[in-house]
Amino acid sequence: MTKSITSDDIEALAVGAWILGTGGGGSPYLGLLNMRRLYAEGHRVELMSPLDLADDDRVAVVSNMGAPLVGQERLADSRNIARAVEMQEDYSGVKFRAVMSLEIGGGNGIQPLMAAAHLGLPVVDADLMGRAYPEAQMTSVAVGDLRPFPCALYDPRGLESIVTNVPSWKWMERVSRKICVEMGSIASTCKAPRTGSEVKDWGIHFTVSKAIGIGRRVREAQRRHEDPITAILDEAEGKQLFRGKVVDVARRATEGFLRGRCVVEGLDEDRGATIEIAFQNEWVVAWRVEGDQREPIAMSPDLICVLDTVSGNAFGTETIRYGMRVTVVALPAPPVFLTPKGLEHVGPRAFGYDLDFRSVFA
Amino acid sequence: MRRIGIDVGGTNTDAVLLEDGHVLHAVKTPTTENVTGGIVAALGKLTSHPGVARGTIDGVVIGTTHFVNAIVQGRDLSRVAAIRIGLPASASLPPFCDWPEDLAQLVRGEIFMLEGGHEYDGREFMPFDEAGMRAAARRIRDSGLRSVAVAASFSPLDPSHEERARAIITEACPEAHVTLSHELGRIGLLERENAALLNAALVDLARVTIAGFRDAIAASHIDAPLFITQNDGTVMSAEMAMALPVMSFASGATNSMRGAAFLSGVQDAMVVDVGGTSSDVGQLRRGFPREANSVVEIGEVRTLFRMPDLFSIGLGGGSIVTENPVSVGPQSVGYRLTEEALVFGGKTLTATDAAVAAGIVEIGDAKKAAGVPRDVARAVLDAAKAKLEDAIDRMKTEAGDVPLIAVGGGAFLVPDQLAGVSEVIRVEHGDCANAVGAAIAQISGETDQVYREMSRDDAIAAAEAQAVARAVAAGADRATLQTVDVEDMPLAYLPGNALRVRVRVAGEMQRPA
Repeated sequence: MTKSITSDDIEALAVGAWILGTGGGGSPYLGLLNMRRLYAEGHRVELMSPLDLADDDRVAVVSNMGAPLVGQERLADSRNIARAVEMQEDYSGVKFRAVMSLEIGGGNGIQPLMAAAHLGLPVVDADLMGRAYPEAQMTSVAVGDLRPFPCALYDPRGLESIVTNVPSWKWMERVSRKICVEMGSIASTCKAPRTGSEVKDWGIHFTVSKAIGIGRRVREAQRRHEDPITAILDEAEGKQLFRGKVVDVARRATEGFLRGRCVVEGLDEDRGATIEIAFQNEWVVAWRVEGDQREPIAMSPDLICVLDTVSGNAFGTETIRYGMRVTVVALPAPPVFLTPKGLEHVGPRAFGYDLDFRSVFA
Repeated sequence: MRRIGIDVGGTNTDAVLLEDGHVLHAVKTPTTENVTGGIVAALGKLTSHPGVARGTIDGVVIGTTHFVNAIVQGRDLSRVAAIRIGLPASASLPPFCDWPEDLAQLVRGEIFMLEGGHEYDGREFMPFDEAGMRAAARRIRDSGLRSVAVAASFSPLDPSHEERARAIITEACPEAHVTLSHELGRIGLLERENAALLNAALVDLARVTIAGFRDAIAASHIDAPLFITQNDGTVMSAEMAMALPVMSFASGATNSMRGAAFLSGVQDAMVVDVGGTSSDVGQLRRGFPREANSVVEIGEVRTLFRMPDLFSIGLGGGSIVTENPVSVGPQSVGYRLTEEALVFGGKTLTATDAAVAAGIVEIGDAKKAAGVPRDVARAVLDAAKAKLEDAIDRMKTEAGDVPLIAVGGGAFLVPDQLAGVSEVIRVEHGDCANAVGAAIAQISGETDQVYREMSRDDAIAAAEAQAVARAVAAGADRATLQTVDVEDMPLAYLPGNALRVRVRVAGEMQRPA
């Protein structure tokens, strides 16, 4: 059973995926433009439930890897991600039943739709992060210790690479990152193929529908001049953490990532308090500061989203700046990351913060 | 130094003469259908003042919303040949791909996509397809298109492929005008290309309009060079404005903020410009408006222009008042204020009438506003105050009270006490702040580039040197140049401590030798 993804769904997906990007993943705008064009040309994409996969079906896991800045000059081209899938088929000798996203958050939430439109395959309603994360070992399949290779990387100049064998997900991160940098710090990638049973056991299910649902509620609220934040919290069962104005942003590049801290000063019921949010490409930990009290109130794997208070649209860690009126919300983490093994991969200590994970939703 | 500043707005054409740092005389005349007429009238009125008539004029600086209006209204636009250099990347998103269809219909001529462009670190992405470019140039020559826009990937870092394209086009078709994207914008191929396309659509109109400005100055017997103000409060020569008219898009708002800084002597403050229909709130930093960082849409086309960050609210002198409950704006009588407002014998209760009834300003015939109940007048001013406070708070970037400079014809709506404001500064000639801003405009240079394997200080110094060189090339006096904006951002995932640095410098015009 599949259902058609409408052009309105795709517009909503772009908004919702940017929110689930938790500050990272890059804006989905260029992917959205590609999908508008493909739909105008008559392409249609079907969405299938992960539960409808046969155990021995093969699923292509796709993502665009690299620096968002380069993506602004080498514009997303829907055919590149499709080519990465073909490379994987050629190398692995598998015939894919469907395509799915590595990460639903940011621009990669739209990548599988582009591949699917060209290849005539459905998109699986699932991903491996439930959000965006910066590194290859920060996925549900890495938590499950599933096989990390082979990985196909493609550049439209005819550069095609396959990482055939690595001993761990961290090695996959290191080696594929090097190739990506040589390709100009951007590459279309098709990760290790997954079987239907792996997707059923380890995939994070129904995240495409979730992103579309969130985006639809935001767009509806915008049209009706209602509060989009309330709509997001209702749709995604989230909690509002803080409302205020950005008063400081410090960014620095370390070990190939964008790290830093954003300080928001409270408004309305949060007047008198501030919130500090640390990021590594994505928002990682938030502390509430009031007087001499400094309390961590939200942390990965819970999703921390910084939203435009008026429009409900997400702000990225690269674009947030002084003076923006923001509402900080938390959305629940996928359960796979809440286990001790999951927290090893994506808990606060995986990002260098010596904190015991405490969920906003505990 | 004697300079004339002119603001050609939708309603009024204002002109001021600035002599050695003070306003000698200021005049207001209605804008005419043919802009030249309004300028001639304003200059006639200005030069008939005895203090103005004597002595030479060192320069005439004009600020205008003419070009942005042409885009928004879709009139007087040229059809454009678009050349994208960056294949085999980006092929699925060709030029015009995110334009509204009605505007694209007016501007889209032929589209050519060629191999070439650069990488983020300055390496060639692909060798430039010169043979393909020559074929495209011949086709342009034969098609009759005479305005061309060229955009290559990472051209702000290395413009050589765009420059080579221009040389090839000019060789085949000497009368073609070629806009290169790196002269207009920053990183962001689609937005920078959009800016180049908009510019190419405007070059014919710019030629005619700026020739009209020149005629108006000649007809007024003024012998002085003509300058046009840019979005960032600095000027460009008339020749450059003919080539890059999009650079003047938002200059009206910028000029009023710069004028406010000049007239008040305050360099760091909030500014509110209250017009007839709307109020713009912005922030001055070192005498320049703070720029918007995000995507700016012009006529629904995404661009990355250097634009002041403004928050506009529907509140002005002509804002219409409704009662029960009392509200003011965003509907306005606009330029019909002098016919429709009560104090001018009209029938519409406006914000101006409420201010007159409350006794805070004298405009028109106060007796005609006598029927406005005192509590209604008070409620209107309170509503205006609340709207202004909210707008100011939105635009403030630091906590604590800040000074506010109130300019524009409707500045009387700004009360002396406002939340978040330490003091409200009012200035003489504040109603002509935009023309004053034009008269004092400076010359700038900017650079925006990625540096690797350099310390942060060295990277910023290298960017500064580049910006200074550009300002001097544009006609600035090197000795007066100051850095007005530095922004640096580390780039995620890129190796070698990649740092993107943007620097802008500005200084006084080089006096003619």
